[in-house]
Amino acid sequence: MAVVEVRDLHKVYDGAQQAALGKINLATEEGEYLVLVGPSGCGKTTLLRTIAGLEQPTAGEVLIGGEVVNGLPPRARQIAMVFQSYALYPHKTVFGNIEFPLKASRIDRPERERKVRWAAELLGLTRLLDRRPRQLSGGERQRVALARALVRDPAVFLLDEPLSNLDAKLRTSARDELKRFQAEIGTTTVYVTHDQTEAMGLGDRIAVLSDGAVRQIGSPSEVYDHPADTFVATFIGSPPMNLVPSGDRLVGFRPEHLLPEEDVPGSDRVTVPFAVDRMENLSGDRHIYGTVTGIGEPTRVIARLPTTVTTPITVGESHAFAVAADRLRFFDTDPDSGRRAEPVRLEA
Amino acid sequence: MAGTLEDDASQDAPPVSVRSSKRITLGDREGALAWLFLLPSVVYIVGLVAIPFFLAIGFAFSDVSAGDPSYDFAGLRNYRRAFADPVFWTSLRNTFVITVITMILVVVLGTILSNILVADFRGKWVVRFLVLLPWTTPVSLSSVTWLWLLDSIYSPIDWVMREVGLLGPDTLFGPTGNMYWLGKPGLATASVIMVQTWRLVPLAAVIIMAGLAAIPDDLDEAARVDGAGFWRRMFEITTPLIMPVVAVATLFAAIFTFTDMAVVYVLTRGGPTNSTQVLASWAYYKGIEGGDIAQGAAIALFLFPILLAAAVAILRSVRKVEVL
Repeated sequence: MAVVEVRDLHKVYDGAQQAALGKINLATEEGEYLVLVGPSGCGKTTLLRTIAGLEQPTAGEVLIGGEVVNGLPPRARQIAMVFQSYALYPHKTVFGNIEFPLKASRIDRPERERKVRWAAELLGLTRLLDRRPRQLSGGERQRVALARALVRDPAVFLLDEPLSNLDAKLRTSARDELKRFQAEIGTTTVYVTHDQTEAMGLGDRIAVLSDGAVRQIGSPSEVYDHPADTFVATFIGSPPMNLVPSGDRLVGFRPEHLLPEEDVPGSDRVTVPFAVDRMENLSGDRHIYGTVTGIGEPTRVIARLPTTVTTPITVGESHAFAVAADRLRFFDTDPDSGRRAEPVRLEA
Repeated sequence: MAGTLEDDASQDAPPVSVRSSKRITLGDREGALAWLFLLPSVVYIVGLVAIPFFLAIGFAFSDVSAGDPSYDFAGLRNYRRAFADPVFWTSLRNTFVITVITMILVVVLGTILSNILVADFRGKWVVRFLVLLPWTTPVSLSSVTWLWLLDSIYSPIDWVMREVGLLGPDTLFGPTGNMYWLGKPGLATASVIMVQTWRLVPLAAVIIMAGLAAIPDDLDEAARVDGAGFWRRMFEITTPLIMPVVAVATLFAAIFTFTDMAVVYVLTRGGPTNSTQVLASWAYYKGIEGGDIAQGAAIALFLFPILLAAAVAILRSVRKVEVL
């Protein structure tokens, strides 16, 4: 049974021209980490808030634990949410913040005390219990918000960009902590982010959203290797997938699959002349910018050469590059769909 | 080739702009600007606050009166006379009773009103406008309106009470056909409190509304997700967070009531038998109407240390509860 499920969920804000959510269908599996990822304004936060009960859907159903919760207020939905800003109560101590949901559900004092200490222990907040939120660092605030969500024993955690307020260095370690924390607790989690790296790193499955619609749901490798359309292909991955128009198709290949010819093993490969015009060295990898010809219209693409590839590349010259045939992806050229298409034989 | 073109362009660039930006204008001298901008308000405050204030201190220790404006130092004589006058003590007590009760009513009603006004409903702007009207009306004018409303014979309030069966023979408020709002000591005090509250609630509501608007939406949402119902959110989240602004509203309400003489002057003239006399009105009667300027100044100055202490106390408590 799905912990959270939405059926034909549709949402139009009052006075808005466009729907924030089209008809969304989505179900989480028990104990999984589902990441909703998409650019800002794609409806991912609206979807999360509708699941939480902070927004009412215009049409469609939200189910939690198999029951339709549409009319229920947030407190009756067995959910816990961590907000982007953490939304800690500034006048309460860390203890008071974590205790608040327990007080609200009228749990008696000794039990409250026990649960707060347990959550604080789990998240390493024990020595901070008397502090107020403004005396905490960003990472500590985030953990307090998690602890506050944890003590509710929710059926599902809803996390709204909980890492976006942290600096880059802290973000990596906090991401790791979040993942280990969820593995330990085992509670189904729906996580919203605009950062595709975060989505790829955290999600058991990721759902890519754009313009209020789910473009693709799948495991990170599925979404990365077999993008459902050109939006997913270019949104996931950094640098994005290269797309070369060729007849009635767009030919797509990841930058790391465009390699000097001698570095592409096997005979089933497509060789392309690659006119290199710029090169960057990024954390060991060589990012090479240039124009490919031969497989379609001349198009500017990026190649990412790992450190292991030592072939000398000269800026300003044309080199013979190749892509293994099984690494090629094909999409419709129709810009409205851009859906995955039947592969075609490329002559090169 | 492109390089040479650019070089030519830079040589041709008019040097005028360089020269004018090198000259130091008044706009660059921030010290001078500071004085220039401050000057009007400094002149204003010195002329209308500082001079009268020190003049009042001077008068309070003198024997200046309307009949004999020559200044002679009189030490604490004015204070001794004031303390010996039972009306002074009545006024002092009335001032505190009226201020404290008004303050409580203003804060409670202002908080409720502000919570209603921040809610989203149809016609919110009309309601906000109507609610603010009492505060935009000059005190003396609105007091005159209240004088009519509380008239001993023609009071519309009495008429309504008679119509609904609260006033008249064999009713809750007695056999007479009128309340005589301003004619009985207790009712007169209540009337003054009612008018003070009526005119200060909008101000308090607007101040508290600003405090409510400053609370991030997601705090309320977090509390809702955490399982808190309306009352718990109100008393555990919203109320503590608006305490600093509530304290400011309290301070305003207290000072405006404490120092106001217009309401008392228009409604009751301190009567009946000084039962609504406050320090401000008593100082006015003594100093301006009675011509004993020194005595009036002494009474008026009596307000100063009390207000100062109240302001300091309230502002300190604000700092203590300020958490955001």
